[in-house]
Amino acid sequence: MTADPVTPARRPRAARKIHARSAVAGGAKYLSLVLASGVVLVPLLVILLTALKTRQEALGTGPLDLPGDWFNLENFRIAFTQGKMLPAFLNTAFILLISVTGTVVIGSMTAYAIDRFEFRLKKLVMALFLLASLVPSVTTQVATFQIVDDLGAFNTRWAPILLYLGTDIISIYVFLQFIRSIPVSLDEAARLDGANSFTIYRRIILPMLKPAIATVVIVKGVTVYNDFFIPFLYMPSGDLGTISTSLFRFQGPFGVNWEIISAGTILVILPTLVVFLALQRLIYAGFAAGSSK
Amino acid sequence: MTFTYLPIADMIGYSFTDWDGISPEKNNVGLKNYTDLFTRPELFKVFLVSGVYLIAAAVQICLALYFATVLSFNTKCRNLFKGILFFPYLINGVAIGFVFLYFFRPHGTLDSLLALVGIHGDHLWMGDPDLVNKSLAGVSVWRYTGLNLVLFLGAIQSIPPHLYEAAALDGANRWQQFRHIIAPSIKPVISLSAILAVSGSLAVFEIPYIMTGGANGSQTFVIQSINMAFKFDKFGLASASAVVLIILILFVTWIQRRLVPEERVELS
Repeated sequence: MTADPVTPARRPRAARKIHARSAVAGGAKYLSLVLASGVVLVPLLVILLTALKTRQEALGTGPLDLPGDWFNLENFRIAFTQGKMLPAFLNTAFILLISVTGTVVIGSMTAYAIDRFEFRLKKLVMALFLLASLVPSVTTQVATFQIVDDLGAFNTRWAPILLYLGTDIISIYVFLQFIRSIPVSLDEAARLDGANSFTIYRRIILPMLKPAIATVVIVKGVTVYNDFFIPFLYMPSGDLGTISTSLFRFQGPFGVNWEIISAGTILVILPTLVVFLALQRLIYAGFAAGSSK
Repeated sequence: MTFTYLPIADMIGYSFTDWDGISPEKNNVGLKNYTDLFTRPELFKVFLVSGVYLIAAAVQICLALYFATVLSFNTKCRNLFKGILFFPYLINGVAIGFVFLYFFRPHGTLDSLLALVGIHGDHLWMGDPDLVNKSLAGVSVWRYTGLNLVLFLGAIQSIPPHLYEAAALDGANRWQQFRHIIAPSIKPVISLSAILAVSGSLAVFEIPYIMTGGANGSQTFVIQSINMAFKFDKFGLASASAVVLIILILFVTWIQRRLVPEERVELS
């Protein structure tokens, strides 16, 4: 907006003009927001529509046409049973549970050790951690693969678990930030009362880390649930599909049956949507904290 | 640690050999893998693909900045819009891949939508080598804008409100408020997003791998290395290319740190 000189006499008109302008600006603002929401939602809604169509409808109608029967859940049934979605959800849940718990325990302990104890090479360890967090893990898979193979974990559920536990530097950072804000005097008081390091960790540090734990659980949980590459590379066996790899395998047997692929896709997105709606506030906070470290 | 540094060390070792990943013998070939990497044009082409994603990342940051600013002023249904824009970031990558395979299909959603506004004709969004990377980069914008948005929004909301009031009293308009209050205070977050964008665009993998498998010239650096290693058993060459990638990313980060001397700003 240009600031043209306004003489007192013209002021009312100018004010009206500004008012009109801000109305236009407001309109443009909402228009842009609605447009962006449309861009986000349309591809997803189309998939939902397709998932509700019968085979003939999916082949014969355009992608934007509505399904004939809104409660046609047949595709979901097929996707769930033939697409092996149940074992996939179980596998994912198993991996998710162990990895997330393990990350919380290992991450918080490491952070506690780094922050509260002095040891040689501490600076070096910190620098190495920081450097490692910059290297995208996808790039090192060529060699990681050999190590996992040597450990005999290839094609078991332990391969991804190991990798999820071993490569989590971000959660250490999140914990580190929090532990720094816990006054050391608390530790010292407990130590005077005869508590050893582990008791201090267990009784004082861990309970105070709750917000950090929430962050780590959310970020890690979403990462593990959505990860495609690690299970794809390390668990090629058909029985060991996670939701990502099982969905990926829809491509073959269901070929061009888009209504079934769509149903599978919706099945995978649905839990995410539910969790998102339930924990919105925590999720925003978690990702803001998790990625800015 | 084990899974970051041991692989890197191993990989640097492998990168000087012609090991195929299985046979017990490894021959030392010196720098041959590296010279191969830089002299064979088809191996080098992947960097052009990264360029497309880099441009997309810039678009994504601008979009996120715009929407974060808009949403930080009082707006109706703010949380609804924020939620909608952020949600794609949480969706499973394979699901996103399928959603957009359907979206970009010939006679698919995008073509139908374009037909509605009068643009007819089938575009091979996924098949045309000139279009495929743009389409895929578009998917990546769709997926990641929400994350940047939430990061920026968090930073903007930590700006004390009296600054705006003071600025408004001085007659600053929205653009001036953005330029002189918002932009400087969220600079650390923007530069962080820029670093992530650069390293992200070099390491694009999931979406193109799921959607095209790297066909039609949509091969990215990581897809290429992974294929080299696990399809063509060229572990040496793959290791060399991964080493190059890591060096590149560290180099970019280093330059970034140099250009934007960073005072650590605590956000949360």
